[in-house]
Amino acid sequence: MNDALYDQAIIAEARSKTGAGRLEHPTVTAECDNPLCGDRITVALGVEDGRIVDLAHKTRGCLLTQAAASLLARHAKDADPAKARELRDAIEAFLKGGEDERFAILTPVRNAKSRWDCVTLPFQALADAITDLERRA
Amino acid sequence: MRSIRQDFPAFDRLERPLHFLDNAATSQICRPALEALLGFETEDRSNVKRGVYARAERASAAFDDARKSAAAFLNAARPEEVVFTSGATLGLNTAAHILEHRLEPGDVILVSLLEHHSNLVPWQLAAERRGASMRAIPVTDDGRLDLDRLDELAKGVKIVAVTHASNVTGAVTDVQRLRAFCDATGALLVLDGAQRAAHGPLDVQALGCDLYAFSGHKCFGPTGIGVLWGRYDLLDSAPPFLGGGEMIRRVNIERSTYAPPPHRYEAGTPPIGGAIALGAALRWAMAQDWTALEEQERELAGRMLDGLAAMPGCRVYGSTGTQARIGVVSFELEDVHAHDVCQLMDSDHGVMMRGGHHCAQPLMERFDTVATARASLAPYNDAADVAALLDGLLAVRRKLA
Repeated sequence: MNDALYDQAIIAEARSKTGAGRLEHPTVTAECDNPLCGDRITVALGVEDGRIVDLAHKTRGCLLTQAAASLLARHAKDADPAKARELRDAIEAFLKGGEDERFAILTPVRNAKSRWDCVTLPFQALADAITDLERRA
Repeated sequence: MRSIRQDFPAFDRLERPLHFLDNAATSQICRPALEALLGFETEDRSNVKRGVYARAERASAAFDDARKSAAAFLNAARPEEVVFTSGATLGLNTAAHILEHRLEPGDVILVSLLEHHSNLVPWQLAAERRGASMRAIPVTDDGRLDLDRLDELAKGVKIVAVTHASNVTGAVTDVQRLRAFCDATGALLVLDGAQRAAHGPLDVQALGCDLYAFSGHKCFGPTGIGVLWGRYDLLDSAPPFLGGGEMIRRVNIERSTYAPPPHRYEAGTPPIGGAIALGAALRWAMAQDWTALEEQERELAGRMLDGLAAMPGCRVYGSTGTQARIGVVSFELEDVHAHDVCQLMDSDHGVMMRGGHHCAQPLMERFDTVATARASLAPYNDAADVAALLDGLLAVRRKLA
């Protein structure tokens, strides 16, 4: 089970660091902690005309959190914010067994429930950022 | 030679070696504790202090004996100084409750950067309720309380609440110096013994502390039970913490009068089986040769520390020496997150250890890190466990670093 948890696809996705970095002038940022381990992710969004035109994350976390953060950047960028927020529920549904090609490389995590929070953390930060954005609007 | 592992049912039927190095979180239960628990639940199960039938008499007697065992383990002046709690956390919350009415606005509670959140948050809550404030003893680079700084921290201190041994660096606190500080300032001394209690019997009178808390599940007993020891006059100086049965003397609709300690702090039916099993675990501990066990732990900790020091890209948090410490060792592998280390150590190498902030976030900040990996020793660990740890870490490093 755990061998697969650290298979090459997940390691490669984590190392790709897709979207890692910071934005000069973000429209909104949100920070999310994993209280279990103290891991922390900050997600910054640049939003224009109802679209996420820019996304950067600063991730202090394990390989699984880093892989999830890279996936987040792949799938949230260029999306409509309300649609992007649905990724939060989508990743959870995927972990519980639902089919979703976007998250296929995370399939091994389904069997490691203690690590689900590692994977949902970036998506929670994104959802928090978008909720904040809507509250301001 | 008889192995101490025979006293631990966890090792009875193994399909693969059990390299259990997460003892600072929870130790394995010893056979006498498990047998006492089973004996109570099958032969004597009934409530204590109420029933007049023989079964209930036996339960009450066994419960009283458990308190006496805990008193003996702590070298308490009398069994009535032993309060059964659900664990060290409830013990420390109760300790904060007992002492908080002594606090005036502006008074200071002195804690330290080494504290587990359980010995931090209860005092923060008490400080908030009383208008008092918190102050922390700093930690040296090798993970010990920086007691040379005590004098400059003294103003207004009414309570000193610190760990007896760190759950991150393994440092054992120099209680004598804290005692001298408390004598000079008039402060009361509370020790969090959650880690230290797993390393042999204690002497609260020699330590000179005022309150002492520990958990059963870290010292070879069951979960859900722990002890708060307190000087009797101190226990008798505060109102109850929780209300309910067992803790009262007389109840009217308007108000009630309360039982003396320890029952004042034991509202409701206690965890009877847990207390009886803890008593058995503490008697088991008192029967061991702790001079030999300490020597064994020091030897294994030394191997662990030497192996980690020789590992490229490995940083040990805390002292790398084997003196004035318990066998709790925290470290980090460069570029490998602690949770990734722990997951692979289990799946690939059968080594169970802990990764995270260890409920000691202020200390993590002090060390400018987020999470460490931690290996912690118990009497049943041996050289094979340490070898599995060190070999496994090298392999994990090759895989992920």
